[in-house]
Amino acid sequence: MKLLKAFGLFWYDFVIGDDWKVAAYVVVALVITGALTVNGVLGDGATVILGAVLTMIFFAIGVRYDARRSRS
Amino acid sequence: MDGTTAALVSAVFVASLVEFVEAFTIVLAMGVTRSWKSAIAGTVTALVALTAFTAVLGLAISTWLSESLLQLTIGTLLLIFGLQWLRKACLRASGFKAMHDEEAEFAEQAQAAREADRTTYAGIDLFAFMVSFKGVFLEGVEVVFIVVTFGLSADALGMAIGGAVVAGVIVVALGIALRKPLAQVPENTLKYGVGVMLAAFGTYWALEGVGYFRADEESLSWPGGKLALIALVAGWFLVTRIVIAGLGRARTSTAIPTEAA
Repeated sequence: MKLLKAFGLFWYDFVIGDDWKVAAYVVVALVITGALTVNGVLGDGATVILGAVLTMIFFAIGVRYDARRSRS
Repeated sequence: MDGTTAALVSAVFVASLVEFVEAFTIVLAMGVTRSWKSAIAGTVTALVALTAFTAVLGLAISTWLSESLLQLTIGTLLLIFGLQWLRKACLRASGFKAMHDEEAEFAEQAQAAREADRTTYAGIDLFAFMVSFKGVFLEGVEVVFIVVTFGLSADALGMAIGGAVVAGVIVVALGIALRKPLAQVPENTLKYGVGVMLAAFGTYWALEGVGYFRADEESLSWPGGKLALIALVAGWFLVTRIVIAGLGRARTSTAIPTEAA
């Protein structure tokens, strides 16, 4: 039972980690990219580049937010 | 071996090296303070469990998922995993989080081992067995995940396994020779480098896999094909340098927290 609990905690830690926002903004970026793809708004190249840029921007904002919160 | 496979094997090797060093520290602490026999028994049991886990995971994701869904699933997990490493790397590099220290980790594990009660079964110290088992298994699952996802996505599973095995052999050989925590391994720098690689490969595959939502489930195409990986590695490196520089300036007159997970 303890092993199962440890295994479950590992997967929670693996996917969510000590910052749930990482998983959240990755999913949000992919959902936006998915919506653009399904609706054929942009070509493949522009869609993947936009998805990558969105993920990078979300990451930068998320880390800066964490740093500011740890200071306060 | 082409450039992409070489980068993949390097990333698997370095990631595995870091995880094996962390597992070795735990086993060493149990061996030195409790019982080498029990620590080794726990390690061997964990390796057997990991082998079974690898076979099931590899078979499951390669059998049940279509190409684009496979890319989306493992790309997303790799991206999340890589960004967690990069987040910690950015906070550490800018002084908002304490550096990971194997000697401190060893001291903490050894202290806990000395204070724990001694319960034995068939000559095995259960505390040393379980702590070693958990340490090796949980760190090992991370290695298995990276090996399986990288290997299957790039169709180079054998090379990925080879990279991890070499890393494991090096850590065990160094550990046996030195008989102390491998604190000289620059884990924080290596984790930063691997984080960039994981994030780049994760971004590439996850966004390719978004094509799963199209009617024909065909993967999206990157401009330049696999050459886009180089741009993604450069992009993630640049973004993290900008974040670290920004945090470094913001840190003036800030107390450093002592979290060191």
